Amino acid sequence: MSPRHLDATFAALADPTRRAILARLASGEASVGELAKPFSMSQPAISKHLKVLERAGLVSRGRDAQRRPRRLEAKPLAEATEWLERYREFWEGNYQRLDALLEEMKTKRPRQRRSKR
Amino acid sequence: MITTGQNEKKKLLVTATSDREITMTRVFNAPRSMVFEAMTKPELIKRWLGAFGGWKWVVCEVDLKVGGAYRYVWQGPNGEKLAMGGIYREIVRPERLVYTERFDESWYAGDAVDTTVLEEKNGKTTVTTTIRYESKEARDGVLKSPMEGGVSKGYDKLEELLAARLAGVDK
Repeated sequence: MSPRHLDATFAALADPTRRAILARLASGEASVGELAKPFSMSQPAISKHLKVLERAGLVSRGRDAQRRPRRLEAKPLAEATEWLERYREFWEGNYQRLDALLEEMKTKRPRQRRSKR
Repeated sequence: MITTGQNEKKKLLVTATSDREITMTRVFNAPRSMVFEAMTKPELIKRWLGAFGGWKWVVCEVDLKVGGAYRYVWQGPNGEKLAMGGIYREIVRPERLVYTERFDESWYAGDAVDTTVLEEKNGKTTVTTTIRYESKEARDGVLKSPMEGGVSKGYDKLEELLAARLAGVDK
């Protein structure tokens, strides 16, 4: 996956309406009209969001020429999540060592105070 | 927005809050004055940040004042170096730090600005770090590095070693 592609994925997911559209498509393909229903938005507004999702490769169009149903493309989502997961693992490792250090600091601190008195 | 990590007490939560921003949230079982200290004193930073699996500290310098610099350099098991640093922009002890971050290796161009907020409740501290990449190039670069590999050997090695370490812990 190119960075440009990942970039588009993160940008597309930054919007709550687009995340809701993806959540809806996760349960099966749907037409623009069907997608617009649960939102208080016009079909053109929904179409705009769909275009962003399509450009990011997160949504594709089904074969039915009349309904033109949209469907979820799971791969870019999985790739973006995987990247983030690696980032998380790196920091979790650091933070686990910080946990151990903090425990040590907690046991040492009262003793240091006592020795000063 | 993508979130990874379980929302358990000790787990780290990482969220891509926009196309240029990553937010990390983690709870520590210690008062925030202590966490702040561990994040800003070189002798304490050295104990937890990046040093594992054969990686050793070479330089750990912190000039904790607004406009002051910090610089971290590590050396890997094969002699490879990983270096980064930045400038402190805001310091509100022990609740907030804003600083720039930049790696020596040019796998991303330009700075990122990190904001770390420490909130204490019942003796526990929630640390929220927001990393905002200042330019599109910077963000693209950092996204590219762990994803495609080979951009920074040192960083890849760090990732590998961490994965091995985590696998060991699981056993």
